[in-house]
Amino acid sequence: MSNEREKLLEIKDLKKHFKLDRKNVLKAVDGITFDIYKGETFGLVGESGCGKSTAGRAIMRLYSATEGKIEFGGEDVHQAKSKKMLKEFNRSMQMIFQDPYASLNPRMTIKDIIAEGIDIHALIQSPKERTARINQLLEIVGLNKDHGNRYPHEFSGGQRQRIGIARALAVSPEFIVADEPISALDVSIQAQVVNLLKRLQREHGLTYLFIAHDLSMVKHISDRVGVMYLGKMAEIAKSDELYHEPLHPYTQALISAIPIANPRIERSRERIILEGDVPSPVNPPSGCSFRTRCPLAMDVCAKVEPTWQEYKEEHWVACHVYDENYNAEHKARENQKVERIHV
Amino acid sequence: MSEILEVKDLSVSFDTYGSEVKAVRNVSFQLMKGETLAIVGESGSGKSVTAQSIIRLVPTPPGKFIGGEIRFNGEDLLQKSEKQMESIRGKEISMIFQDPMTSLNPTMTIGKQIAEGLMKHQNMSKKEAHLRGIQLLKLVGIPTPEVRIKQYPHQYSGGMRQRAMIAIALSCNPKILIADEPTTALDVTIQAQILELMRQIQEEMGTAIILITHDLGVVANTATRVAVMYGGKIVETGMVDEIFFEPKHPYTWGLLGSMPKLDKEQEELQVIPGSPPDLADPPTGCPFVTRCPYAMNVCGEHMPSDTSVSSTHEAACWLLDERAPKVDIPESAIVGGNDIYV
Ligand SMILES: Nc1ncnc2c1ncn2[C@@H]1O[C@H](COP(=O)(O)OP(=O)(O)OP(=O)(O)O)[C@@H](O)[C@H]1O
Ligand SMILES: Nc1ncnc2c1ncn2[C@@H]1O[C@H](COP(=O)(O)OP(=O)(O)OP(=O)(O)O)[C@@H](O)[C@H]1O
Ligand code: SF4
Ligand SMILES: [Mg+2]
Ligand SMILES: [Mg+2]
Repeated sequence: MSNEREKLLEIKDLKKHFKLDRKNVLKAVDGITFDIYKGETFGLVGESGCGKSTAGRAIMRLYSATEGKIEFGGEDVHQAKSKKMLKEFNRSMQMIFQDPYASLNPRMTIKDIIAEGIDIHALIQSPKERTARINQLLEIVGLNKDHGNRYPHEFSGGQRQRIGIARALAVSPEFIVADEPISALDVSIQAQVVNLLKRLQREHGLTYLFIAHDLSMVKHISDRVGVMYLGKMAEIAKSDELYHEPLHPYTQALISAIPIANPRIERSRERIILEGDVPSPVNPPSGCSFRTRCPLAMDVCAKVEPTWQEYKEEHWVACHVYDENYNAEHKARENQKVERIHV
Repeated sequence: MSEILEVKDLSVSFDTYGSEVKAVRNVSFQLMKGETLAIVGESGSGKSVTAQSIIRLVPTPPGKFIGGEIRFNGEDLLQKSEKQMESIRGKEISMIFQDPMTSLNPTMTIGKQIAEGLMKHQNMSKKEAHLRGIQLLKLVGIPTPEVRIKQYPHQYSGGMRQRAMIAIALSCNPKILIADEPTTALDVTIQAQILELMRQIQEEMGTAIILITHDLGVVANTATRVAVMYGGKIVETGMVDEIFFEPKHPYTWGLLGSMPKLDKEQEELQVIPGSPPDLADPPTGCPFVTRCPYAMNVCGEHMPSDTSVSSTHEAACWLLDERAPKVDIPESAIVGGNDIYV
């Protein structure tokens, strides 16, 4: 039951705008609202450039928010009241980066990389305990203690990603933002890392924000999934429901475009191929930002921004098709199905 | 179909810390005009090095060509001088790299980087190259290309950088396009568009494509044929249907088995236990021997030879020897039954 679950993060109307020059502002994240419950994996997907990483970074406070509020355990993360609280946020929220090659300092040994957070937060004083903790972390992520004295270049991509995970875990965080943690890895290693993330979640009660574009992996790992488009949230639902009953026309296109690893299915599959270019976040369309590519767009879509509503229990969507006031227009064309182009 | 490229017994090594990493070992394959050959396989198995060898972008040193030939237009590319290669690269054969951030020049606008090749290979003026650049960015789906063309790589999102790379690679209508993980950074609707774009270009100009990817969905969608690499060797090649529906090599089984099944709830994904071989000291026999659940004594001692399964399908595995016990494909590797959502 949703009301019994504990909210760990509340993101309210979060905006992150980048000032490009005197005239242009790029609205990378433009007002997104959602909660992340304790112990769940919230998957975040969407078009490249739609603002997923920016959202993740703003939540982590790697960027300051232009507007909006992020509450972690009921406290506003951008308004830490004391140094102590700031440090506590830094410890409890960790990030795993997309690129296991660029995110590890090549001149540091693995054990120093893993212990960086421990050292910064002065979590452990005695060198003996520090070594013990490092060895424990190496073991948790499936490496062995001999690996601690080596350097990043001596490891494969999957192993480096494990090192990144060990580093994030070192300070016993509650919440981890994983920004495309497996995109750079090949299938069999992706499976290892995903299994590892799931096991760690079970054993340590971790909460994840899992940013990815591999929708089949996102489905596998996430409890709920949010779909972003051009800086806004288009839809949020439980993972299964999103994949089987997507409401937003963008989600429908997204899911129909998942390449399925079966050449026979791929050859006979009907696919919604979206027309047109992705609009610029510097100059987003009026009304609904998806309308320029939406196969269901109505007149109202250009004029009014659709509201973010809970259309079904725990299934949120922003689209006029599901809007009481406007869907008459849509109903009139009810039989006009989405045109599916045979690929 | 006529052959456009043939790689014969290619071996490439790297000198590192007193050891020789044998990244590519006796790799042979052909590329036909107009086809898409997908190369899949374990990370570190030599896919990128194989691809980079074709346009001679392997850094030498530390890399060195140990042997083999790469025949293109009747000539061995490995014998060409760097100067001769420069007129082939980007014009006849071009490449889209795995990591757009390291292959785009961070100090140069995207527009300048596109114009470079156009001015060099197509003798365009600066102005023509700029206009063509805008067209190309539009073609690959970059919004407001007139504005974006003046920007630097860091001002693009990950996916846009990859699209800019594709625009650069396609600018001179190459005969062979080598795409190393070209859609890895992209979401699926744009990926679908890009794959469609590559298909269109292929149809119009007969471009042969070598596609390196770890997304088996993309392979199923685009490949004509598939080569599976493991430990510096090609362990199986076949038409796309042969690889998906009648795979013969245990590594291919492991690979197909580790994909999340969209139609099933799985707590744990199937993994291939163990880790890939140390290429500084690869096994004498089959490279997969340390992880193969079916390994026999002979496997560690002798390299299995390529065994034909059909005129288009071969695999290098001792299980295909007539003296070996019959082993069926494990259930986890059977492809099928994936439901489609919408
Ligand atoms: N530091 C920055 N300065 C200016 N614009 C930026 C900056 N960082 C990101 N952007 C822009 O913000 C938008 C969102 O970028 P972001 O990296 O969050 O996208 P994303 O959803 O993570 O995409 P991808 O899937 O390609 O990683 C893009 O248009 C990008 O160009
Ligand atoms: N410049 C280099 N110096 C030293 N070793 C290298 C170099 N480039 C590649 N190698 C080694 O050669 C082997 C093959 O690498 P390659 O990049 O071809 O793998 P890959 O199959 O493309 O893997 P991935 O899927 O991770 O991209 C690896 O062991 C790698 O460490
Ligand atoms: S609101 Fe209109 S334009 Fe936007 S997605 Fe829904 S139907 Fe399409
Ligand atoms: Mg991103
Ligand atoms: Mg590679």
